[in-house]
Amino acid sequence: MKSLPNTWTMGWRRGKIEIRQFSRQRESVVFTTLFPVILMAIFGSVFTGEIAHGVKFSQYFLAGMIASGLVNSGFQQLAINIPMERDDGSLKRLRGTPIPATSYFIGKTILVLASITVQVAFLLLGGVLFFSINLPTSAHKWLIFALIMFLGIGGSTALGVAFSNVPKSGRGASAVVIPVVIIMQFFSGVFFVFTQLPHWMQQFASVFPLKWLCQGIRSVFLPDAFAQSEVTHSWETGRTLLVLTAWLILGLVISIRTFKWNRE
Amino acid sequence: MIEVRNLHKSYGVLEAVDGVDLSIERGEIFAILGPNGAGKTTTVEILEGFRTRNSGEVQVLDFDPQFKGKGARDFRDRIGIVLQSTSDAGDLTVYETIAHFAGYYSDPRDPNEVVEAVGLSEKKDALIHTLSGGQRRRLDVGLGIVGNPELLFLDEPTTGFDPEARRDFWELIRGLRDLGTTIVLTTHYLEEAEALADRVAVINRGKILQIASPANLGDRATSLARVQWEAEGKMQEQFSNEPTAVIAKLMKEFTGEIPKLAVSRATLEDVYLEMIGVEQTK
Repeated sequence: MKSLPNTWTMGWRRGKIEIRQFSRQRESVVFTTLFPVILMAIFGSVFTGEIAHGVKFSQYFLAGMIASGLVNSGFQQLAINIPMERDDGSLKRLRGTPIPATSYFIGKTILVLASITVQVAFLLLGGVLFFSINLPTSAHKWLIFALIMFLGIGGSTALGVAFSNVPKSGRGASAVVIPVVIIMQFFSGVFFVFTQLPHWMQQFASVFPLKWLCQGIRSVFLPDAFAQSEVTHSWETGRTLLVLTAWLILGLVISIRTFKWNRE
Repeated sequence: MIEVRNLHKSYGVLEAVDGVDLSIERGEIFAILGPNGAGKTTTVEILEGFRTRNSGEVQVLDFDPQFKGKGARDFRDRIGIVLQSTSDAGDLTVYETIAHFAGYYSDPRDPNEVVEAVGLSEKKDALIHTLSGGQRRRLDVGLGIVGNPELLFLDEPTTGFDPEARRDFWELIRGLRDLGTTIVLTTHYLEEAEALADRVAVINRGKILQIASPANLGDRATSLARVQWEAEGKMQEQFSNEPTAVIAKLMKEFTGEIPKLAVSRATLEDVYLEMIGVEQTK
């Protein structure tokens, strides 16, 4: 007797079909890939000065834009789309087949990974071409970047799946999810220089992963001397990785425990 | 193949399923017929493993469908489910979707054969959101059978079909039965139960009223025939178990044609409405 395909094989197939499906929604594709670049263009034109010696505003905001992309394509996208998939019956249909929930999660992660990769590529390319962004030259910095992106994509996906249980319906999902995302971005220094935010806001943001994502990405794209201008005068790389890992694990635990294929 | 004993499921004070017993044999088309809200979908979704029951025994393919462990995946590998209504995955083509779902099963059918079997060859590369309601339902069936199931559940498969599409669909279902698939379908269309089912269970308010072949439902097989004709400008009718004798008598009364002569027996609809009606006035 033949046996069922394993969880990873099915997850990979889910990933491919999710990407294909996503790539056919032309508006979403254009919007999610270009939105961070457009934001960058706006910020780059409004704030033309230097934030510290040799550090342009656009260089500082690059980190925010990458982090913002992570939150939008992972957390926001999933927390809105999964309730919609629950409403239109696609999840129930999957639940009637032998596919395990893990494969479904793997598929979502692959989709987020693919869209983030494209977004970051556009952002870096646009930044270098139009805003004279400097890219890091040391392998060490790229390694940190890869680590942070890995934790960021995993965490953003897992928390998106976890949060997808909060909206009561697909139609109302964006009204619940988008305010959370926008406020979190303001508090975490995506749109402003973090150290210029009120103290209480900084403290609040420090509990959540987005602040650490921004800070971690800044440590890659800003000169080391800039670490002096951070809250603790340091990049806190170790703590950043620790907080992001903790949120990733928390997201995984919540999604596995609370995920529901359908509303009974 | 399916054994259900004294199944109960309630939502608050509503007894959606109230003591159902079923025994469904391998290779038959079994229809669950009843008005909206009778408990058809709840019953079927318990059999499919989508819902848990309050009490009773359920065995489907020797498996308890509400069991969540490792056996559940093997169970779903052997069944096919066509849900009530869906509007998902509009941005994929028919073939892509069927081929993708084939990848969930241990021994799937060839996706091309499935496309052919459900009559969507011409729409193979069309995006799903461009399909008509009937074509979409065919795709749903395609996704239900791509895993080569022993047992196929169809929940109100032809709701919203025009008569021709419904007839085509019935052909498709008979074809599946001929290939050895056991089929359990719910419907509120009498013609559908009559045209397709080997046996029908009539359900209302969570209770099974009768299980019989469509021809024997109610007292249909033994009921009196109705002879109608016109006399003195009025329609006359007489019920008899010897309608030929009634006509022979009429032939003597009339010279030549008997005006507006008709002989009929209770239709499934008559029987069904009587069953449901009796139940509702209780």
